[in-house]
Amino acid sequence: MISRIGDAFSHQKRPLLVACLVAGDPDREVSLSLMREAERCGADIIEVVMPYSDPVADGPVMQKAMQRALRAGMTPDGLFSLLRDFRTSSGTPLLILTYANIVVQRGIGAFYRDARAAGADGVAVADVPLEEADPFCRAARESGIDPVLFVSQTTSPGRLREIADRASGFLYLVAVLGVTGVRGSLNAGIGEYLGKVKEVSPLPVVPGFGIGTPDQIRELARAGADGVIVGSAIVSEVERTLGDGSRAREAVGAKVRELASALR
Amino acid sequence: MGDPSRFGVYGGRFVPETLMAALKELDHAFRTIVPGEKFQAEMQYYLHEYAGRKTPLTFCRNLSRDLGCRVYLKREDLLHSGAHKLNNALGQALLAKMMGKERLIAETGAGQHGVATAIAGAALAMQVDVYMGEEDIRRQALNVARMKMLGARVVPVSSGSCTLKDAINEALRDWVTNVETTHYLIGSVVGPHPFPTLVRDFQTVIGNETRAQVMEKEKKLPDAIVACVGGGSNAIGIFTPFLGEETRLFGAEAGGEGPAGKHGATLCRGRPGILHGTYTYLIQDAFGQVLESHSVSAGLDYPGVGPEHSFLRDAGRVSYHPVTDQEALDAFLYLSRAEGIIPALESAHAVALARHIAPGLAGDDVLVINLSGRGDKDVAQVAELVGDAL
Repeated sequence: MISRIGDAFSHQKRPLLVACLVAGDPDREVSLSLMREAERCGADIIEVVMPYSDPVADGPVMQKAMQRALRAGMTPDGLFSLLRDFRTSSGTPLLILTYANIVVQRGIGAFYRDARAAGADGVAVADVPLEEADPFCRAARESGIDPVLFVSQTTSPGRLREIADRASGFLYLVAVLGVTGVRGSLNAGIGEYLGKVKEVSPLPVVPGFGIGTPDQIRELARAGADGVIVGSAIVSEVERTLGDGSRAREAVGAKVRELASALR
Repeated sequence: MGDPSRFGVYGGRFVPETLMAALKELDHAFRTIVPGEKFQAEMQYYLHEYAGRKTPLTFCRNLSRDLGCRVYLKREDLLHSGAHKLNNALGQALLAKMMGKERLIAETGAGQHGVATAIAGAALAMQVDVYMGEEDIRRQALNVARMKMLGARVVPVSSGSCTLKDAINEALRDWVTNVETTHYLIGSVVGPHPFPTLVRDFQTVIGNETRAQVMEKEKKLPDAIVACVGGGSNAIGIFTPFLGEETRLFGAEAGGEGPAGKHGATLCRGRPGILHGTYTYLIQDAFGQVLESHSVSAGLDYPGVGPEHSFLRDAGRVSYHPVTDQEALDAFLYLSRAEGIIPALESAHAVALARHIAPGLAGDDVLVINLSGRGDKDVAQVAELVGDAL
C-alpha cells in the first residue's frame, strides 16, 4: 500500500511543513475550518492532536488547547468524524498525535482501524517509547497506518537504529530537551544531531517541539531537515482569537502562510 | 524472570522518548550503586542515626481490648519528619548524589513527601524544587512553610486540577527539560519503571522491621496487616516481606464521599489505563480522560495507584476496601482518644479498616496497622471538619 505520508515526502523537492492543530479546539466546526485553512495556506501535512487530560510532553499552549477541546466535548469518535469530514474534500496527509491511554482505552487494534477508516495516514503516540512500541506499531501496520516514532538528542545511536527500523512515514525528531512550545532559539547542536539521525534513518527526519519562526525553519532546512512540525505557534493563534471563528481562521491562515514561505 | 518493568500486565515505561535515557541511567544506578557497600553504609547511617530507625512496633493495650485481638501499630509516625516518606527520600537522594546529580525535584500533595525531600536535600546539600498544586498550597500552609524553612523552593502548579496529579505532570515536564542535571525524586510506588521497584525497595525496611519485631514479641508472623493506599508506598513497604506468607493483607483506599460521591478508591472503583508512565488502575472516563479524585486526606487524593498494587489486586493477594472520609475522621479521633496517638488522616483510613476486619479475627490473632504518619499536619483541618464533636 502506498502511504500518503511517504508519497508526500518523496514527491516534494523541498522540506514539508507539518502544521499541528488540536481536534475540537475551540470547537468542532471552527476546528474543521482551521484544518482546511491550514491546508489552503501551505501546510503539506496536517497533524491533528487528540487531546488527553494529562499531556506530559506538552507545554502550556498545547495544554490549554487540549483543555478547551475536551471542555467542548472532543472524544475519539469526534476526532474520527472530524477527519472523515476533512477527508471528503482533501487528499492532504493526516497524522494523529495523541497519548497512550486514549489508544489503549479504545483498544489498540480498534483505534488504528478506526483511524484508517476515518482517513488518517499516520499515528504518533507521545508517551510510547521504543520499549512499549511493539503492540502499537503492529496494530498500525495491520491497519495500513504509518507508525511515526520519536527520537531525541538523548537517544543513543544503537537505539536510533532500532527506532528507525520500527517506524514508517517519518521520524519525529524532538528538537529540544523539554516540552512543546516556541523557544527563542533552537538547541545548540540540533543541526549536527539531525545529520547523525539522517545517516542512520532511511525515513525522512522531521524536527518538532520548540519551532515557531521562519528563521528557525530556514535554519533546520539548511541543516537537512525533510520537514518541520509547528504546533504551539499555530495553536496560540487560536488562543488569541477565541470566540471569533472567522478571525481564528484568518490568524491561523496567516501564520501558516508565513511559516510555509520559509520553505519555498 | 519476566520483564522487570512489569508486575503481571501492569507497570511499564510510558514516557516521552526524551526521558528514556534518564530512566535507563537510573535503572542501571539502582542495580549497581544501591547494592554496593558504600551506598549501604551511607544508607544505614542516614536511616539509623539521622532518621531514627528502627521505628517501634507498639502493642496497643486499649485497642486490643476494644477490638478483641492483639493489635500493634508500626510507628512510622515516629520517624524523623513524621512520616514514612523519608525512607524513600533519603534513599533516592543518596542515589542521585552518587550518580552525580546536583538537583532534586519532587511532587507533593499533602506536603509530606515535599518535606521529606527538602530534609534529604538539606542533609545531602542538594538543591530542591518541589512542585505543588495551587489548591494544595492553600490547603497545606504548614508544610509549605516547613519546606521553605528547610531551604527548598515550592513551585506552584496552576495547570489542570491544581492538585497532586498536575504536580506530577509538571515535575515530569521539568525532568524532560533538565534531565542531565536533575533527579526526579518521585514520592510513591508510581510512575515509569524503575520507580515502582526503586521506591518499594527503599520502603521495604518497614516490613522487614515489622516481621522481626512481631516474631520477637509473638513468636509467630502476624495474622493480618492493614495499610492505607494512595499511591501505595507505605503499604507496599510493609506488605512485601509477607507476600509469600499466610498473613492476610488489607489495603484501605480513599472512599471519599461514599459510593455515590467523589472518591480516590482507584483499585476498588477504577479500571486499568495509563497515567504518569505506568499501566495501572485509574479513575477515568470512558474515553481515557483521567478524572479528579477526592479524599479528605490529601495524601490519598490521587486518581492512579502503584502498578504492583494493581497486580496484587487482580491476583487476590491483597484485599482492598474503600474507607469514607467520615469513617477516617471517626478513626482519627478514635485512635487519638484510645491510645493518645494522633494519626495522619491517611493512616486513619488504615485504622478505620482495621476496626472493620477485627471482628473476624480470634482473640490471640495478631493484627498490625501501619501507622504511616503522624497527624499534626491535619489537626487544623480535622478541628474545622468535626467542629462541635470535639
